[in-house]
Amino acid sequence: MHLNRRSRIALRLAMALGLAVLYVPLLVVLLNSFNASRSFAWPPTGFSLRWWQAAWQEPGLRTALWTSVRAGLGATAVALVLGTMAAFAATRYRFFGRQAVSFLLILPIALPGIVTGIALNAAFRTVLTPLGIGFGLFTVIVGHATFCIVVVFNNVSARLRRLPGSGEDASADLGAHTFQTFWYITLPAVRGALFAGALLAFALSFDEIVVTTFTAGPGTQTLPLWIFDNLARPNQGPVVDVVASALIVLSALPVWLAHRMSAP
Amino acid sequence: MHRSPVRRLAGALHRRPGLRLTALLSAPMAWLVLAYLGSLGVLLLSAFWTTNDFTSQVEYVWNTDNFANILSDPVYRTVALRTLGIAVGVTVVDGALALPMAFYMARVARPRSRRLLLVAVTAPLWAGYLVKAYAWWVMLSHGGVLDWAVGTPGFGVPAVVITLSYLWLPYMVLPLYAAFAQLPDSVLDASADLGARPWRTFRSVVLPLVKPALIAGSIFTFSLSLGDYLTVQIVGGTTQMLGNVIASDVTLNLPMAAAVSCVPVLLIVGYLLAVRRTGAWENL
Repeated sequence: MHLNRRSRIALRLAMALGLAVLYVPLLVVLLNSFNASRSFAWPPTGFSLRWWQAAWQEPGLRTALWTSVRAGLGATAVALVLGTMAAFAATRYRFFGRQAVSFLLILPIALPGIVTGIALNAAFRTVLTPLGIGFGLFTVIVGHATFCIVVVFNNVSARLRRLPGSGEDASADLGAHTFQTFWYITLPAVRGALFAGALLAFALSFDEIVVTTFTAGPGTQTLPLWIFDNLARPNQGPVVDVVASALIVLSALPVWLAHRMSAP
Repeated sequence: MHRSPVRRLAGALHRRPGLRLTALLSAPMAWLVLAYLGSLGVLLLSAFWTTNDFTSQVEYVWNTDNFANILSDPVYRTVALRTLGIAVGVTVVDGALALPMAFYMARVARPRSRRLLLVAVTAPLWAGYLVKAYAWWVMLSHGGVLDWAVGTPGFGVPAVVITLSYLWLPYMVLPLYAAFAQLPDSVLDASADLGARPWRTFRSVVLPLVKPALIAGSIFTFSLSLGDYLTVQIVGGTTQMLGNVIASDVTLNLPMAAAVSCVPVLLIVGYLLAVRRTGAWENL
C-alpha cells in the first residue's frame, strides 16, 4: 500500500508510542528495584542493592517459589496427558459431540477466573473435605490443570491436523503395532507441539492467581499469592519490586525458547 | 506363535476404532465433566438456594430470591453497569492503540523487523499478570513516574481502564496483525487506482476486511475485563467491580455469589453469540 510520508511518520510514531507504553512500566519497576529510597519517589535518589539482598533473605519467598514450581509441574503433567489424549480423539476421529468436546475444553479459560475459582471451591468443599482431603497443593494442581488442558490440546491438535497419516500407515504396514507406531512415529512428530504446549501450560499455571486464591487454602502460598499478599504491606514494597523485577528478567527465557522453536 | 500381552492389546485396539476413541476420550472427559462441569453445575444450582441471615447456613430451598435481589438492588445495578463500562472502555482503548500498531507491523515495517516487532509486542505477555498490574500501581502512585512527568489520575476507574488495557493489549494486536498481513495487495492497489487516498482506503476497504479480527480481539479484552477483580483491588482505590462483589460473597453467602457470577457469564455468552455471525470465532 502506498502511503504518503506523513501517514508513514504518523504510523511509526504510533508504533513507537505503543512499544513505549508496553515497556516503560516494566523498566520503571526494574529501575525502582535499585532505588535507594523506600517510597519509590521519582526520580530515584540513589543506587542500592539492599532490596535485592533483603529479597534474597526473605524466608516466605523461596517457599512460595517452590510451591509455584511444584504446582506448575503437576498441572503441566496432567494437562500434557489429558490434552494430548483429547487432541488425538478430536483430530483423528469423527464422532457425535466432537464440537461439544472442544467447547468443554475452552470453557475453563473462557469463563472468568473467579467463576471457575468459586465453582471449584464449592465443589472441593462438598466433595473432597468429607473424604479428608483438605485444600492445598493438590487442589491447586487440580484447578490449574483444568484450564491448562486447552493450551496443550490446541498445540497438539494444530500439529496433528497438518501431520499426514502416511508415516503411521507405513509403520503399520511394516509390522509395527499401535503402541510402537505411536512411540516411534507419531510422538517424535508432535514433540515440538508437546513442548510448546507444556511451556504455555507451565507459564499459565505459574502466573495464575484467581483460581489459586480459591483452591489453595490457608497453608499453601504460591508466588503470585505471596506477591499479592505483600503488595498490601507498605513496608514490603521494595521487596515486591525486586521479585517483580526478577520475574520480568526471567520472562526473557520463555520468549527466547519460543523464538528458537519457531525459527526455521 | 507366541504373542505378548502388549501386542495383543495393540491388536485389539487396532481392530476396534470405537474402543480406541473411548480410551482416548475417557480420561479428559472424566476430568472436565466431573471436576469442572460438575462444579459449575453445583454453583449454578446453589444460586437458587438462600443463606440464612442469622446463621449464615445455606438453606437448600429452591427459590429465585437472589436473582430478584440483583435486579431490584440499585447497588448491584451500579456495579454491573460500571463493570460493563470499564470492559467497553478497555476494548475501545486497546482497539485504538492496536490498530495503528498492527497495521505498521504488518504493512509498513520491513519484513526483517516484522518478526522482531512481533516478539517485542508479545514478550510482555510472559512477564505475568500481577507484575504488570503492580507496574501500573508504581506508575500511577503519587510521587511516582507519571506524577513527576505529566500528573497522575490517581487510583480509581481511569487507573483500572489504563491497567486492564495494558494487560490485554497484545491479545488485540495479534489477531489484527494476522488480518493485516493477510490483506491482498491487489485490493489496496485497486482502491488507490480508483483514486482513494490512504485514509479512505483504510476506512472503506481495510477496516471492513479486518473487522472479524477486531472483534476476535475484543472478545479477549471484553471478557477478561468483565471477570477481573484483582487489578481493581490494586489500582482501583475503593472502586468495586462484579468480581469484587462475587469474591466478598463467597465465604458468607455462596448462593448470592453464585447468582452474581451469572451476570458476567451471561454478558460474555451474550457477546460471543452476538458476534458469532461476523466470523470472529475463526479468528480467535
